[in-house]
Amino acid sequence: MLDVSRISKTFNPGTINEKRALQELSLHLDPGDFVTVIGGNGAGKSTLLNAIAGVWPVDEGRIVLDGTDITALPEHKRAYLIGRVFQDPMMGTAPNMQLEENLALAKRRGEKRGLRWGVTKAEREEYYEQLKSLGLGLEDRMTAKVGLLSGGQRQAVTLLMASLRKPKLLLLDEHTAALDPATAKKVLELSDSIVQENQLTTLMITHNMSDAIRHGNRLIMMNEGNIILDVRGEEKSHLTKRELMEKFTQLSGAQMENDAMLLSK
Amino acid sequence: MTAYFASLSFLKLLKSMPGGIAQGLIWGLMALGLYITFRLLDVADLTVDGSFTTGGAVTVMLILAGWPAWAALLVAVLAGILAGLCTGLLHTRLGIPAILAGILTQLSLYSINLRIMGMTANKAVSVDKYQLLLSSRNIPASILTGLLIALVLISAFYWYFGTEQGSAIRATGANPAMCRALGISVDSMKVLGLAFSNGIVALSGGLMSQYQGFADINMGRGAIVIGLAAVIIGEVIGHALLGKYLNFFGTLSFVVVGGVLYYLVIVIVLWLKLNSNDLKLFTAVIVALFLAVPYLREHSKSSFVRLKKGGAGNA
Repeated sequence: MLDVSRISKTFNPGTINEKRALQELSLHLDPGDFVTVIGGNGAGKSTLLNAIAGVWPVDEGRIVLDGTDITALPEHKRAYLIGRVFQDPMMGTAPNMQLEENLALAKRRGEKRGLRWGVTKAEREEYYEQLKSLGLGLEDRMTAKVGLLSGGQRQAVTLLMASLRKPKLLLLDEHTAALDPATAKKVLELSDSIVQENQLTTLMITHNMSDAIRHGNRLIMMNEGNIILDVRGEEKSHLTKRELMEKFTQLSGAQMENDAMLLSK
Repeated sequence: MTAYFASLSFLKLLKSMPGGIAQGLIWGLMALGLYITFRLLDVADLTVDGSFTTGGAVTVMLILAGWPAWAALLVAVLAGILAGLCTGLLHTRLGIPAILAGILTQLSLYSINLRIMGMTANKAVSVDKYQLLLSSRNIPASILTGLLIALVLISAFYWYFGTEQGSAIRATGANPAMCRALGISVDSMKVLGLAFSNGIVALSGGLMSQYQGFADINMGRGAIVIGLAAVIIGEVIGHALLGKYLNFFGTLSFVVVGGVLYYLVIVIVLWLKLNSNDLKLFTAVIVALFLAVPYLREHSKSSFVRLKKGGAGNA
């Protein structure tokens, strides 16, 4: 489904702030894979997701998604294949537009936007049902401005938006990190059910090791712009937090003290 | 002092009101164009000072060349669209900040407008010799025409910004990162919005030149500020009167009303015999006030100054 081969990205090359964020990283995802991504600060997790999403071009390597080479496609042109939820709940929705308008914008992801109505009546009914299934009471607030919703609600809406038009790949970039623990749990459960229901191929970054173990069928650990651990299936489901920490210490070497603390948060 | 007040005739003020309304309507139409960039795209587009004049110049020159007024206006709109495209491309393709891109286009339009007008700073078009859509000689008809065009434009806006494409333009101003993730080309939407906006600004410039009977190289100077005044006055009054019932159609209508109100204030100021050369200063002060009020109101509720005075929080 997704084939990332030997991609590299260096920020601020040739300056004192030079940062080699990705170093010849390769990753293959099978259809339906739900991969959790962990790693310390600066390991390149978000950089990997941004590279796949096309926020900027990579320096080297190729990215093939669903048989299409998307390496040279700008962000908005590869969006038809990719659904995204960001860490910042404010980033995934347009605050001064109505809830149903936001959903309608997402429903047309990657389509040509012409002079047909922005939201049709049939859609409204569809959105009503979809929002109802979120269980947040949002189905009664479809004409409310999204800016009036809470961070958790907005994140739930963004999740729904990312899956309204079934994406070939779903990218979740620490999408629960900015939420309170109870809301984060709810949004994670929601993510799980949306991924299961639609059989979505998914990459999910998390800072929380337990979440990384509990969710998905595969786990990758990143350090210094590369993947240092890749476990799946049976092996992954038996992982414990302690094992993961030990592996991290052993594989990443010196910086463990700091990062281990961050990871165990 | 007594002599000054004695010299003010209330009747004279009443008499100059209709003319103020007619001109205000034309500025209100201009403000509709500005609303696209200022409110929907979140860009302060300084092109308009130039494209307003372009609209006037093109209209007058074509009418003088024997074109029917409506056809001249149509070409004026196209010229405005081109100006907007220019700013849009400078901004998106060449990476020049939006404000600066607008200033550059505006500056270059000064020369272009002079060339359009055959290198003269002022071109008259007489309503006696040519069939004009509106004129200060027939104010009631001009007001009617202005209202009609406003209604058509507001309806067109209401429809367009409800379509898929219009929604995408609105979303671009609200959240560009989201737009890219949803496959919307932020650059294209900005160019499109700037082009539309300046098309409408040129239309109002064309109407203004017919109304006043001439096109002048300086007729667009300060247009952005007048347009902003209309947008802001309209929004403030719309909110005060309708509150949360103010929908998009209402907002747009109040923007036009804002243009009229702005111009009526100008009429009063002139009636008070203030020097008309001070008008620009006066306009700038009004706009600064209206822009500052929301900020200061927020500020008075929560600020360091308030804490220092021993307000709310530290009891």
